[in-house]
Amino acid sequence: MSNAAALDMPHATRDVVASVRNVTKVYRLGGEDVHALAGVSIDFHQGDFVAIMGSSGSGKSTLLNLLGCLDRPTTGQYFLGGNDVATLDDESLSRVRGRYLGFVFQSYNLIQQLSVVENIAVPLAYQRPINPDGPDLCLRLAKLVGLSGRLGHRPNQLSGGQQQRVAIARALVNNPHVILADEPTGNLDTATSIEIMDLLDALNNAGRTIVMVTHEPDIAARAKTVISLRDGKIASITQNDKADG
Amino acid sequence: MNLFQQLQLGFRSLLLHKLRSALAVLGILIGVTAVIWLVALGEGVSYQAQQQIKNLGATSVIVRTVKPTEETNREAGSRSGISYGLLREDYDRILANVPTITKAMPMREINREVRNGEFALDATLVGCTPDYFDINRLAIDRGRPLSAADMEYLDNVAVLAFEVAQKLFPIEDPLGRAVQIGEEFYVVIGVAEQRTASAAIGGSLAARQYDKDVYIPLSTFRARIGDQVITVRGGTFQNETIELNQITAVVNDMKAVDSSADIIRDLLSRYHKSIDYAVVVPKELLEQAETMRTMFNVLLLLIAGISLLVGGIGIMNIMLATVTERTREIGIRRALGATKGEIVQQFLWETVVLSGTGGLLGVAVGFLCGPTVTLVRTTIAELFPEVWRTLPPNIRDLEPLLAPWSIAAAFGISVGVGIIFGIYPAQRAANMDPIEALRHE
Repeated sequence: MSNAAALDMPHATRDVVASVRNVTKVYRLGGEDVHALAGVSIDFHQGDFVAIMGSSGSGKSTLLNLLGCLDRPTTGQYFLGGNDVATLDDESLSRVRGRYLGFVFQSYNLIQQLSVVENIAVPLAYQRPINPDGPDLCLRLAKLVGLSGRLGHRPNQLSGGQQQRVAIARALVNNPHVILADEPTGNLDTATSIEIMDLLDALNNAGRTIVMVTHEPDIAARAKTVISLRDGKIASITQNDKADG
Repeated sequence: MNLFQQLQLGFRSLLLHKLRSALAVLGILIGVTAVIWLVALGEGVSYQAQQQIKNLGATSVIVRTVKPTEETNREAGSRSGISYGLLREDYDRILANVPTITKAMPMREINREVRNGEFALDATLVGCTPDYFDINRLAIDRGRPLSAADMEYLDNVAVLAFEVAQKLFPIEDPLGRAVQIGEEFYVVIGVAEQRTASAAIGGSLAARQYDKDVYIPLSTFRARIGDQVITVRGGTFQNETIELNQITAVVNDMKAVDSSADIIRDLLSRYHKSIDYAVVVPKELLEQAETMRTMFNVLLLLIAGISLLVGGIGIMNIMLATVTERTREIGIRRALGATKGEIVQQFLWETVVLSGTGGLLGVAVGFLCGPTVTLVRTTIAELFPEVWRTLPPNIRDLEPLLAPWSIAAAFGISVGVGIIFGIYPAQRAANMDPIEALRHE
């Protein structure tokens, strides 16, 4: 199971929501080319829960940045929402992020001067056309992540776990094709980590596609598929045996 | 985001740093207030000047006697003294040769002591015709002006300026009483109304103070005082002969003023060997004053513009600090779908909120210009009455005039300054790499 085709097989009937084809990323560092990604191809299907693992320098952050449309590959293609977004300009990439992607970060990345409900609403400000049900949706999502009692609180009045719940609600507000989570439990204690992973699990069970970068094996074990990267290439793809898979 | 949300977001971000934002607002406020106040003061000064010039009469041409320079005196003069200035013949010639002139008023003036018993005053004795009061728009407070009959019979009658009447007759009614001028007594037939000094623009016409005047018929002046003026200066007698000090000609039409002035100049130059007269056209003064006003306004706007520029730099400074501080927020917003343009917009709205607030407050303070000037004036008059009395009447009576255009311009410029000085910080925010920005601590 060392190629992308193998990953496809169990899910052949489900829609591909995102797909990278032979992407490479080359940085120039001190006059030397660094191959952060050296030809990676993966398909992500509706309802996938993929954990990307790898040691530092393996290219997992680079891959996540490409998947998040925060960066463009040097070569290769990236299909998202039916279009190749690898060559889009900056403005179109912003629109793609706003429409198809939800982000969950290690350090939550909430805007400090905004309340819980306002933080959840931030992506809606950049949606075109404007979602008329936005305010209502934000309240429903706050309830979904268990924070309906703290709508007016500021991030610094919340615990780490609560802040990450706000971030997850924010990642859902634009109804994204893929949720990208970058070490979502990296700043949390074990008990809270389990709570957050339970929440992600529940979202996945409800049909959300989640791609998560982590270096913790027990967190990666909660995903359905674990992709290991080494030196900018896929080293292994493992299917976890999950009853609900 | 709609306009309201943008503004709200801007206000909230700025309220995070109240002192910093307040200082930036203060910079713009001072600039806007400076524009409005300076323009209001400038307008006040020019309004005053225009009123004074209008009092001279926009349709009149004034010809004044000017004492020639010493050298020309020596050449032209004889041992018995010098003779210069406008002649009664000039008056006749002007009336006869300039068809556009409807009336002309000759005038003679000299400084003399005027006395009522123990009350005495150095006054300006003005010999004039009855037209004087009409042409100079000098109203009579009590009694009557000079009449044609007074002229004809060389009556010893006088009309006193308001202040002269007050000084010479502090208690009694001056009407019907006599004042002494030299050896002669004159019956007071009228008292003029109070009148502020007229303009002194253009150099050829000194500011005319009306408050020391005593008016007598020109014919009486000639008969009792004569044309010769003998003064003692440095131990020697100086003998000057002057027939008329001023001729005021009124033209029938505003458009004919310039051409009439030209004819008068022409006429005078033909009969006067030296330039011992000056032709003053109040309409030209009015135009000059207009030009001066424009120049003054440009200068004021320049000064005010500089202060707004400084305010703008202040805004740019705090916005650059803000952008650096909020790098993380910029990264978050970019990741969540904000385009560069939307980031630029967000920060521009913040600077516009800053400068707009400064602008609005500046306009509000601008409206306080009038009360402030009144306050300063009364304060100076109360605390330093000596200083107050030495101030020229132009300054004592100055009323600032708020110019609506300056309010609109100042506010507009302040918002413009916000946009111009906000663009660079906003661009800097937008051009950040979102990956780097998200990593920023």
